[in-house]
Formats: sequence, structure tokens, C-alpha cells
Amino acid sequence: MTFNPQEIAVGDAMPVLQLPPISRTTLALFAGASGDHNPIHIDIDVARKAGMKDVFAHGMLSMAYLARALTEWVPQRRILSYGVRFAAITHLGDRVQCSGKVVEKLTHAGRPCARIELTAAKATGEVSLAGEALVALD
Amino acid sequence: MIDRKHIGYTPPPILWDVEKGRIAFFAKVIGLTDPIYTDEAAAKAAGYRGIVAPPTFIFGAPGDSGETMKLIETLEIDLGKVLHGEQRFDYHAPVCAGDTLRFQSKVSDIYDKKGGALEFVVNDTTVTNQLGEHVADLHSVVVVRHG
Repeated sequence: MTFNPQEIAVGDAMPVLQLPPISRTTLALFAGASGDHNPIHIDIDVARKAGMKDVFAHGMLSMAYLARALTEWVPQRRILSYGVRFAAITHLGDRVQCSGKVVEKLTHAGRPCARIELTAAKATGEVSLAGEALVALD
Repeated sequence: MIDRKHIGYTPPPILWDVEKGRIAFFAKVIGLTDPIYTDEAAAKAAGYRGIVAPPTFIFGAPGDSGETMKLIETLEIDLGKVLHGEQRFDYHAPVCAGDTLRFQSKVSDIYDKKGGALEFVVNDTTVTNQLGEHVADLHSVVVVRHG
């Protein structure tokens, strides 16, 4: 559904973004691109030492994917805030799906806004990120 | 247990250059295709000063500068036990390639749950640019798992 700030209504859904399975290559590239160099995401030896079976995805990778889904629907300049809670670890091979919907229309700091509930989930349906964004409609 | 004396800890500010090559790299990894992230003319046509930093891009500064690792060392946290719990961005003005941003962070709270099995470190950061504009605020919650 096209984002039209004049006609947006509670219940309107953001187009779903389906990502490819998480790969080691993506984690290595994202470490460099994002500045998140925690070796637990790129070095299996470090991950195992920390009690994990393998490396796992940066929370910020899913947060960036979810932001991509949002900006492919709502122009970035309308986004006033964006926040998430990291609910579950995303593992290698997981297929992240990003979705969202308008849950409230409100006035914030004198501006008409919409609150969009945002979710990143795995193919199993398990939610990995639960968040929301406030977007300006003026 | 993390010493609660660190509540209020304020590291020196970070200065961080927003580079177009880095934005292009980030956009490619994430799969962003809007040319405002890679093409200056497209960004300007869309009303920006220059190539636009994607919404979560500025989170790179505390990692690049070493501030994240220094905070973990200062608080004597085992990096292997750290998970990112929450992250929030409040946006006040666009961030574009060529900007020099200033990040001033503060440990605003440290608390625990489940009888100390989980500890939480809350960090709040104010971001301004070379024009003196307040561009964003970052709010992070890091979880430290014990046992």
C-alpha cells in the first residue's frame, strides 16, 4: 500500500519485506559497515567461548533491515523517532521478515503524526525485534 | 555486579565524520536502493544538503571511536555476556555525508532484575552537527547476563 500522509489510517499495513537467510558474509560486511565490531558476531571461536554454538546476527542488522522496510514505505524525513526492543537472537540461516502497521494517529509537538508498530520475525514466527516509529504526516 | 558508581559516567565527546563511501557500503549491505543514499544529485533533488545517512547509520560512531569497548572495560563487563536490549533514535534534523557529528553520551542508569541475574546499562547520547544543530538522540539499553 502506498503511503499517503493525508489518507493514512489506523490498521494500514506497511508492505512486508522478506530478507534472504542470514549468512556469515552478511555479518562480516555489516560489522564493517555498521562499526559494530563485537567479535561474537564474526568469530566462531569467540562465540563458542561465550557459550554460543556459532556466531549470530547483530541486533542492529535486523534494526537496519526494519528501518529499510519503513523507509521503503515512508520517506525518511518524516520519521521522528524509531525504537526497538531486541526480543530474540537471530541466527545464521534465519529468514527475517519485516512488517508493520499504523496503530495510532496523534498530535506530537503540535504535528499530526502516526505511530507505526514494527516487527521483525523469523520464519518460525518468533519475534526478534518489536518496535515502533513515530512519523510526521504534515 | 556492575558498580553503581558508574551511573552518571560521561566519557569525552566523540567527533565522527559522516562519509559518503561508508553510507554507500552500509546501504549496499542492507539492500537500500533509494538513490538518496548513494547519489548526491538525487539527495539534493529530494531536498537534502547531501547524501543521506540511513536511520540507524549514526550508531556506527560509538563503535568506530572505541567508546563502546571502553565503556565495557570501564564498567568491567565481560563482552561475551553482553546483549543489546533496546535501541531508540529520536531524529531532529537530517544527517548527511560531509557532516561532522559530535556525540556526547552518559550512563543514565544501571539496574538489575531476577535477583541480579540480569543487569541493565542505560546509555543516552545527544548528537549535534558542525552547524550546531541538535540532529538526534540515541537511547540504548545493554543487557549483561550473569550465569
